[in-house]
Amino acid sequence: MKVGLLYSRIRRDEKLLLAELRDRDHEVEKVDVRKTTFGVGAAADEAAVDVGAAADVDGTSEGDVADESAGDDTDTDGDTDTGGDTDTARTATEAAEVLRDCDVVLDRCLATSRSLYSTRFAEAYDVPVVNSPETARLCADKVETSLTLAAAGIPTPETTVAFDTDTALEAVESFGYPCVVKPVIGSWGRLMAKLEGRAAAEAVLEHKATLGHYEHKVFYIQQFVDKPGRDVRVVTLDGEPVAAMTRSGDHWLTNASRGAETNAFELDDRAEELARAAADAVGGGLLGVDLMETGDDYTVHEVNHTVEFKALNDAVETDVPAAVVDWLESQAAETETEADTETEADTETETNTETETDDGDSDEEVTPVA
Amino acid sequence: MVSRQIDEHAMTEADCVECGATVTLHDDYEIGEIVDCTTCGVELEVLDTEPPVLDRAPELEEDWGE
Repeated sequence: MKVGLLYSRIRRDEKLLLAELRDRDHEVEKVDVRKTTFGVGAAADEAAVDVGAAADVDGTSEGDVADESAGDDTDTDGDTDTGGDTDTARTATEAAEVLRDCDVVLDRCLATSRSLYSTRFAEAYDVPVVNSPETARLCADKVETSLTLAAAGIPTPETTVAFDTDTALEAVESFGYPCVVKPVIGSWGRLMAKLEGRAAAEAVLEHKATLGHYEHKVFYIQQFVDKPGRDVRVVTLDGEPVAAMTRSGDHWLTNASRGAETNAFELDDRAEELARAAADAVGGGLLGVDLMETGDDYTVHEVNHTVEFKALNDAVETDVPAAVVDWLESQAAETETEADTETEADTETETNTETETDDGDSDEEVTPVA
Repeated sequence: MVSRQIDEHAMTEADCVECGATVTLHDDYEIGEIVDCTTCGVELEVLDTEPPVLDRAPELEEDWGE
């Protein structure tokens, strides 16, 4: 299997995936999206040229010295190497070709903007990409996520969106205190505000209005969920829960990136049902569904499309990167089967057409040409 | 952004571009990985391997995350 990895920073999560892929002798093509251009029509347009992606096909492990001057070659481990893990310039056309040559492309971009656009281009190049740009769109923006979850009948915190500080303040007041203001795009709990009173609300809304980017003028106001000092992260693969953990802390934000304590969590039927439903609602793929316990139920507050799982991997017995690679292998196999079926169908259609032309009898059984 | 190639070190060591201290890299270091200088604390990005090339890591962007 050849896997393309869209990235701009290699976190421990990506290192875990790379190690698992290489252990199984899969080819990996690392595509640093910062150094890549994505041309409209790039696959065919030789003029769409700029610096390109860094390429890596298992060329970086210890003692793995490839002769880069030899082009396609075999390194000291006997692995195929298409040029080594270097800062090689690559045209947009080449980048498109590199992606098209992959059985599956995995989006691990750190920046939301890069994730949204690069997956869109991968899709335009007709490359199987996980997660899909549509899933990324629904997960990246909290308004989209809330609407999607609500439409699917999944319990999610009560939310109001306003576009003006005065109406936002009215919305805050109608929620009462405390309530929460979140940026529509962002992660790791950054720029989240728990409002304890009107004075704080006025200040936060005024600050948001002056931050500059238009997204900060989309005021996403949410009920404060009085969770029991923890929330639940479930990693799912096409809706199937792989593993789950709780993230606990004294702070009202319990992101693992903020130092929350993580512990394995055994999903009960309801949590599993909601994790599956939330993942399905945004289109499946490799996701991190976040739930809060509300006493007699759960509420789903987030679905992450470039989910970080290193903390989960440390907290549970399940080998999360192995499960992800198992799933990628099944995705690639599925794509291959679909391609074979399409080719077979095309061949059959062509044969049928020829037969019709020959004798005009469309009902005649025709043996497909292999 | 100015990068420096460190030729004089062993394969898994490079100089910090901020303070000049020696930064030891794990054997499985990757292009694109971020390492911390244990002396000055600056975040460094691995730009190349064999030999390692480090530079200051990009600042945190607003849309980073998961």
